[in-house]
Amino acid sequence: MSDGARTLPAAAQPPLVRRSHLLPGLAALGCALVLPHFANAYVTEVATTALLYVVLCLGLNIVVGYAGLLDLGYAAFFAVGAYTTGILTSEFGFNFWLTIPVAMAAACLAGVIIGAPTLRLRSDYLAIVTLGFGEIVRIIARNLDITGGASGLVGIERPEILGFKLMQVQHFYYAFLALALLAVFVCLSVERSRMGRAWFYVRYDEDAAAGIGINRVSAKLQAYMMGAVIASVAGCLYAAKMTAISPESFTFNQSLLILLGVVLGGMGRIPGVVLGAILVALLPEVLRGAGTYRPLVTAVALLAIMLFRPNGLWPDKRG
Amino acid sequence: MTLDLVIQQLVNGLIVGSFYALIALGYSMVFGVIKLLNFAHGDIYMSGAFVGLIAFSFVGVWVGNGWAGVVCALLVSMLAVGLLGVVIERFAYRPMRNAPRLSILITALGASMVLNGTALALTGGRHFAFNTDLGFAGLDVSAVHITYTQIVLVAASILLMAGMQAFVSRTMYGKAMRAVSIDMGASRLMGIDVDRVIALTFFMGSALAAGGGVMAGAYYGSVHFFMGFIMGLKAFTAAVIGGIGSVPGAMLGGLLLGLLEAYGSSLPFVGSEWRDVFVFGALILFLVFKPTGLLGRSVVERV
Repeated sequence: MSDGARTLPAAAQPPLVRRSHLLPGLAALGCALVLPHFANAYVTEVATTALLYVVLCLGLNIVVGYAGLLDLGYAAFFAVGAYTTGILTSEFGFNFWLTIPVAMAAACLAGVIIGAPTLRLRSDYLAIVTLGFGEIVRIIARNLDITGGASGLVGIERPEILGFKLMQVQHFYYAFLALALLAVFVCLSVERSRMGRAWFYVRYDEDAAAGIGINRVSAKLQAYMMGAVIASVAGCLYAAKMTAISPESFTFNQSLLILLGVVLGGMGRIPGVVLGAILVALLPEVLRGAGTYRPLVTAVALLAIMLFRPNGLWPDKRG
Repeated sequence: MTLDLVIQQLVNGLIVGSFYALIALGYSMVFGVIKLLNFAHGDIYMSGAFVGLIAFSFVGVWVGNGWAGVVCALLVSMLAVGLLGVVIERFAYRPMRNAPRLSILITALGASMVLNGTALALTGGRHFAFNTDLGFAGLDVSAVHITYTQIVLVAASILLMAGMQAFVSRTMYGKAMRAVSIDMGASRLMGIDVDRVIALTFFMGSALAAGGGVMAGAYYGSVHFFMGFIMGLKAFTAAVIGGIGSVPGAMLGGLLLGLLEAYGSSLPFVGSEWRDVFVFGALILFLVFKPTGLLGRSVVERV
């Protein structure tokens, strides 16, 4: 009935980006590309934070939006990436780019340790276990010598590309923009893959999914690990940008903010998640004067969205 | 480990464990009836401690800061926070009852954050002193001094839990609760007012958590907006160890967890900063090897 059905041959794969999304998407990308040339350092800094949240929210969206699993300790994987880069560059003199595969492997390992036992059980258990895991990672980071204890790590090496050292705000803005684009691309491809469809079925009806031959546990584990890997890569770049990291950047509150970004715009949809991530990054700037009321505002926003607009601010028109 | 240390940690473990057990019991009851992990439970415990402190500072003027004051504060807090639990159920959970599982969980999380955020906004994140006048008289076992306060606290929580167990297993409403937890739809067809039973369950679970909050506040002498977060996690761990949905399981799990924590953190090579890691390690091990807990029934059903 729709235009899509008439113009596409029935057997063809749908395009990576829907045609109606192509133009707005390119326009947004164009704006993002030229932004640092018009904005001052403050705006560029906030925009860089927004891009960091875009990456993190897209990663968590794979777990929450695609596979329907509630992860309350997502910041832990972000921490795994940041600390891997921090320790390897400052203590062992690694090149920044070599720390990324190590961080990805570490995040995978942590994902299996947490995910494998709990994903067999009810989804509620995963929520609480990930909450506990998030706390464990923070406690470990606070109490080990190699992670610098409560004061964290300082003097993390800045990355070089072909002899060009990333130093200024603008450089990291473009680095995070590249990472965000990569994350969007990964999400778009994974959505349409066999694995993406398996997540979709598992989310809608686990038993029916199992009935058509999908291995529920491994499908969930794949989603959980893919989310973990994306967060860890974001952590690597974050550590390089900040050059100093401390356990307080990876608290439960951080996990909540990332989750809010996913829920706010619309779970499971890339444009919605990007919008949510940007809003979450702007939140502290808007609420600068709110002080101790800030968590309450975040909480009320989350609850109100769930009760009154469960599909988010920018839901899918196809329903 | 010397004998004195063993006894000392036994006392510490039993006290902390009885707090865990009280909170875990509420967790377990609510989970049994609506199959929902009530994330707000830890924050209800925190609210209980604050309401108790407020009540204590009012009644303390008339009845003194001793036992009478604490008991009054306990009763007021259990009643008020029990009603708070009913309100949360009515406005946050009931509209979501037929929503997808993920939405319910996120809503529960939102309710928890609203309570926590409200407490932070009202208190400004300060610690408040809960100055009781309970005295230090007590018994001496070997070289360990056990105060009467400690004994009364453990006894009171056991009494509360025993009362709850009797209510669930002996009364008509308890029977209705068990019926709803087995099959909500069939219970409705049998003429049970399911909404009312769920509200009652929330009332009782929240009242127990509030009781735990007041006792913990009075015992440690301090109340803080963040005290519910880690308590919620630990009570969940206790409920899993005992077998979630089982009333005696929650008590057993709470006491075991308290002892594990007390003895675990007094081992020579682990300091108290690793105590929480111990607890979550236990949680993950239980989920791997015995997800039904010590006294729980099978949890094969998936939602």
